[in-house]
Formats: sequence, structure tokens, C-alpha cells
Amino acid sequence: MDNTSSLFEYAPAPESRSVVDIAPSYGLFIDGEFTEAADGKVFKTVSPSTEEVLSEIAQAGEADVDRAVKAARKAFEKWSALPGSERAKYLFRIARIIQERSRELAVLETLDNGKPIKETRDADLPLVAAHFFYYAGWADKLDHAGYGAAPRPLGVAGQVIPWNFPLLMLAWKIAPALATGNTVVLKPAETTPLSALFFADICRQAGLPKGVVNILPGYGDAGAALVAHPDVNKVAFTGSTAVGKEIARTVAGTRKKLTLELGGKGANIVFDDAPIDQAVEGIVTGIFFNQGQVCCAGSRLLVQESIQDELLDSLKRRLSTLRLGDPLDKNTDIGAINSAEQLARITALADKGEAEGAERWSPACELPSSGYWFAPTLFTGVTQAHTIARDEIFGPVLSVLSFRTPDEAVAKANNTQYGLSAGIWTEKGSRILAVANKLRAGVVWSNTFNKFDPTSPFGGYKESGFGREGGRHGLEAYLDV
Amino acid sequence: MSEKTEKTEPRLSVFKTYKLYVGGKFPRSESGRVYEVTDSKNNWLANAPLSSRKDARDAVVAARKAFGGWAGATAYNRGQILYRVAEMLEGRKEQFVREVAEAEGLTKAKATAVVDATIDRWVWYAGWTDKIAQVVGGGNPVAGPFFNLSSPEPTGVVTVVAPQESSFLGLVSVLAPVIATGNTAVVIASEKAPLPALSLGEVLATSDVPGGVVNILSGRTAEIAAPLAAHQDVNAIDLAGADEVLAKELEIAAADNLKRVLRPQAVDYSATPGIDRMTAFLETKTVWHPTGSLGASGSSY
Repeated sequence: MDNTSSLFEYAPAPESRSVVDIAPSYGLFIDGEFTEAADGKVFKTVSPSTEEVLSEIAQAGEADVDRAVKAARKAFEKWSALPGSERAKYLFRIARIIQERSRELAVLETLDNGKPIKETRDADLPLVAAHFFYYAGWADKLDHAGYGAAPRPLGVAGQVIPWNFPLLMLAWKIAPALATGNTVVLKPAETTPLSALFFADICRQAGLPKGVVNILPGYGDAGAALVAHPDVNKVAFTGSTAVGKEIARTVAGTRKKLTLELGGKGANIVFDDAPIDQAVEGIVTGIFFNQGQVCCAGSRLLVQESIQDELLDSLKRRLSTLRLGDPLDKNTDIGAINSAEQLARITALADKGEAEGAERWSPACELPSSGYWFAPTLFTGVTQAHTIARDEIFGPVLSVLSFRTPDEAVAKANNTQYGLSAGIWTEKGSRILAVANKLRAGVVWSNTFNKFDPTSPFGGYKESGFGREGGRHGLEAYLDV
Repeated sequence: MSEKTEKTEPRLSVFKTYKLYVGGKFPRSESGRVYEVTDSKNNWLANAPLSSRKDARDAVVAARKAFGGWAGATAYNRGQILYRVAEMLEGRKEQFVREVAEAEGLTKAKATAVVDATIDRWVWYAGWTDKIAQVVGGGNPVAGPFFNLSSPEPTGVVTVVAPQESSFLGLVSVLAPVIATGNTAVVIASEKAPLPALSLGEVLATSDVPGGVVNILSGRTAEIAAPLAAHQDVNAIDLAGADEVLAKELEIAAADNLKRVLRPQAVDYSATPGIDRMTAFLETKTVWHPTGSLGASGSSY
């Protein structure tokens, strides 16, 4: 450790909180108005890095879901009848306002989610704006999307999103829904409701007609009520595979169109001719981006046996330079885990890895005394039978396995019920194409990892769900085709 | 003369034993059961195999085994084989006209039109195998120094609950799109009119379609479909021939491993199909790679 600790310490470089004004309480956003929950229930949202209570939020229940769906239904008639060029202009307005307020939203997201400001500022927010820009351009070009002439919207879309990328997941869901003429009832996760409520305000600033977007912060029961509501025409969910299966059962036998973006256990495959430094950066991005709380995280590292020692040495050296701490500090690489519950889940799975005989390693790393923290962790000596090689951990925990031949790498990579992402590191183009071809995964990153773009379809094979978000493909989920 | 007498006696025809088509072979149901198939006027036509759950599981094993080879075949090759099916059918048209007429109570002229349309459907899908990737895939203009490409890939093993009423045209309309894109299929034939489907197996077996790519079961739709919808090694299910109650039950079972589900819908099988039945059983894979900076300002190459 000593030879890698830096000679000079970083001076703190905190981002100012003053750019964001968080109110002590927020209501539900229904039919263009902020309103209390029908039963008056509220819940608190805390900052995961300090456990400070940020605000008190109205908690949606079944009656609120019904009210929001009715508002969305009423708004659907006019919204879907608008010329596409008019809908496009609303979406462009929203995209512009997001850009204008991006510093504010980045700080807000970091406070509520715990992820480093470096990520919200440089990854989340630019992508959020880009998604609205991208789908804005589709709104008046749907005839050319390849789904026949004048494809129709479905109606009211019920959307349930997770806490790992609160505003980005909102953008992935709302932008294509509105572009295609649907109206929306969206439930953000209970631990990260704030950015969606700020987005509600952006809708007001943009002059979006009432009821087109409705935001219902709440718990799983509100999500379940939304999914089951008889007047919802389309269900979109991003989250765990277990909940995804439950939703699939709920909508069975109905006419509701369903798309699911679920869990993953991505394999990051490093061949012996890979550029080691680039690969190490890609591995770090793959598993430690957003504290590993990413469905497409490269949580299984598959290394060709002949370079395993060399690669692990480099990787450990690199991990020792990661800075964990205040997410609002611009130098921070690793922020807080989103909630106490998630921290407990990660802790339990990592302990299980140790108990099952894998070797655990973390860099010397001081954890703050308050908040939810987990040190970047690496397991070696992992076999395919280990729980940590099979179950999604959704945290900064990397399992390292080895292989000898490309065939073995492919077999091990595909040996999972998930099929969301994979990575390939090799200088040999033919090997990239051959291996990418054989991997059963929706996104394959070659000599890079965790790259996103609104023009590119994203989604899983197997139990990682179905349907695609992003690109031309993302339109299909919201059209009657 | 005895010879003359024999000529005037009507010749005793040879009945056909209808069998399942699984893994490129023609087994009877392992259960040894059969059921009576009648024409539209309730006259007995033949005994069809009454498939069991075990037959369904065997069919999945065969379909899984065939998947790698079929999905890995070139689209051009798959197109050739689908066209070959049309060629083989053309030569056995009389047989299918008779079977479809009996199964669906059609006149010979109408049955001929149905069989013609069915053969043409194979030809239509034969032409799609090497075009669908271009139509639904492509390069994406990402905002960064990356090249990426989205291409469709088959989902895997698809259970096809064939339409109940349209015993041949409907059957082919739901089967051909599944295999055109590289999936393999376990087909549950129309319960009431399974004979054209079972005869199709004989055509497929002589059309260069690798064994296991298409597996055809006859029997009680609900009984066979239940284990297939719950089967963990089946990746998708087309509910075309399931009634509302059965469809819901199967869709719930299918959620267990998140099978791709194509729900029953009203379809005019005589109209030119769209591409929906193909895309329903395709995945999209997006492959990324960094681009170099050759030709960037100041450099030359």
C-alpha cells in the first residue's frame, strides 16, 4: 500500500450545496399540481452519505394511483392528438431546461442518492438532457421509424423506476413515452424521490399540459397498484428480476404492453493480449461506477490464466488510488451506498463470499463514521458455484474467475440466468467479433465498458428482461405495433 | 376369371399411421396414447398421437440441441432451406389439399387456395431470412469516439401454440417466422385438426431442415402447453392457438423465467404478414468498440 499512497494529499474540493433549494416537504405531482396523499401519509428521504433528513415526501397509495391514472387518461386525448411537431417542441423545451438547471439537479441527485458529484455532473445529467433531445426529434418522425405509417400511442404508461440512476431512468422512461404521444404516471423509488419532483417542476416551467406527466413517490405497494391498475395500457419497469417476474404475472392475460429492464451479472472478459492499463480502467469503471449499483455492472471478471497475476497486481494498485468519501467532493470516486437496506444486502453477500472460501481483498480505506459505506472489494479464487459468482450483489464487489481458452470464457460468461451486459478486452479484432457473437447479452462493450448513448438500444437477454430502451428500438415499447 | 374379379373389387387402401415429429424422427407418443381425429362431419379420419408431458420435454431437448447449429447457420442458408420446404410442399400439394379440405370442411377449390397460400408463405419468409437484420438492426450514431452496432439475434427455443381453426395456413404463418430468424420450435398442432401439421413434419424431414429445428406435437393443447410454458429451457411462447383462459394461465407460468410472450390476437392469415411475428422472437444485441482518431485534425493517414 505504501508505495502507492500519494505523496501529496488532495485538498478538499466540495461542490456548493447552495445551488439547490430543497423544500422541507413535497407533495405528489398529479394533474399539474402538487398535492398531499389521500391518506395523508408521508415518508422521509435521507442523504445516504450523512443520514441527514433532506425532506418529507407525500407517500402515494392506491387512491392516489387511481387519481393520477385518471388525470393521465384525461390528458391522453389531447396530448396524443397534438401534431408530433408540437410534442417535439415540448420535449425540446424540457431538454433545454434540464441543461440550464443541470448543476442544480446534479447536486440534488448526489445529495439524495449518494453517488459522487463527478458522476452526476459528467454522466447522469448530460445523458438525461441527451435523451430528451433524442426523443424530441422522433416525435414528428414516427412515420419513418419502421413501425408502419402513423403508429399509434398506447395510452397511459405506468412506469416504475429504481434508485440507482433516479433522473436518468426517469428520462429513459418519460422521453420516449411522451414523444410517441402517451401520458405518464411514474413512481420513483422511495429512497430517491427528489429529482423526479424537481422534474415535475421542470414540466411546469416548460408549460407541459396538465396530467401528461404525473409523479407519485412511494413504496412498492404504490408501484404494485400502478402496475395492476385496469386503466393503465403500458407498464415499464426497471429493477430487480424478482419484482419483474411478479409484474409479468400481474399483467398476464391483460392487454397491457410490458417492458422489463432487470438484473445482471455481467462478465468482463480479459484476454492475454489485452492492453492491461486500458483493461484495468475498464474493470474499475465496470464495477465501481455508481458504487457498483448498476444492473449492467461487470461484476464477474474473467481473466485469461496466463495474465491473471499481472492483471490483479495492476488492478489492486489502481484500486488503492480510488478516493472514497464525501460525494459532493469533486475528487471523490466512490460515494455512499444508497440505503442502509442495500448496505446490509451487500454486506451479507460479501460475507457469504468469504464464508464459501473466496479470498477477500480491499484497499486500505477509511470509511466515514456516519452514512452508508462499503469499501471497494475484490474476491479472488472464485468458482462458478460460489454465490458471489451467481447472485447479483449490486454493490462495489468484484468476483475474479479465470479461464484458459476463448471457448471456456464464453461458456463461463454465459453460465448465468442473466443476459444484460458483457465486456471483451483483446487487441484481436476477429476475437472480439467471434466472442461478441457468442455471448448471450444485450450489450457487449469491446475494449470499453459502461458506455451509454440515447441512440443505442439497451436491454437484456434471458432473465435480464425484455424490450429495449434507447434508439429507434426504444420507440416500439410505446407504440401500438 | 379370378383376375377379372380382383379388378372389379375396390382396392383396400392403406391407412396412414400419423406420428409425432421430434428431433428429426417420427416417434409415437411415449405414452402410447392416441385420440380420434374426425372431419367436419364427424367421420373418423385417423388416430393421432396424444402427446404427454414427457413428449413435450423430449421436444424441448431436441429443440435446444438444434438451436446452436440453426442459429449459427448463415441467413442465406436458412433462406435456402425455407424455400426448399416450399418446393417439397408443391410436389405433395394433392395430399395437403385433401387433408386441409377434410380438416376444415372446405371444398377442393377452397382447400387448394389455402394450400397455395401456405406454400407462398414459406417463400415469403424464405426471402426474409437475410433481410430482417438490415431492417431492424444497424449502426447507431453515438456522441463519442465509439462505433456501435445493433443486430437482432434469435431468442432460443420457442413454443408455438398453433391456431386451432386454420390447421395449415395458420400453422405455417406462426411457425415459419419463428425459424426464419434462427429460433427452434416446439409446435403444438391444432387439437381438433392436427393431421396437416403432422404431415408437414414429413415434408420438413425431407427439406434439409435439420432435425430438432421444428418439433411437432399433437394432442390436448392445454395438457401439452402447460409444461412447455413452465419449462425453464424454453425462451419464448406464441399463444396464437390458446383461448383466453388458457392464454392467461400460460402467460403466468411463462413469467417464471421471463419467457418472451406473444399474446393471442386476431389475425387474418390470408393477408400478407408484417414482420411482428419475427421481431417478437428476436433479441437486440448492441456491440460497442472505441474508434481511433485517425484523420483527426493535424494528422494524416
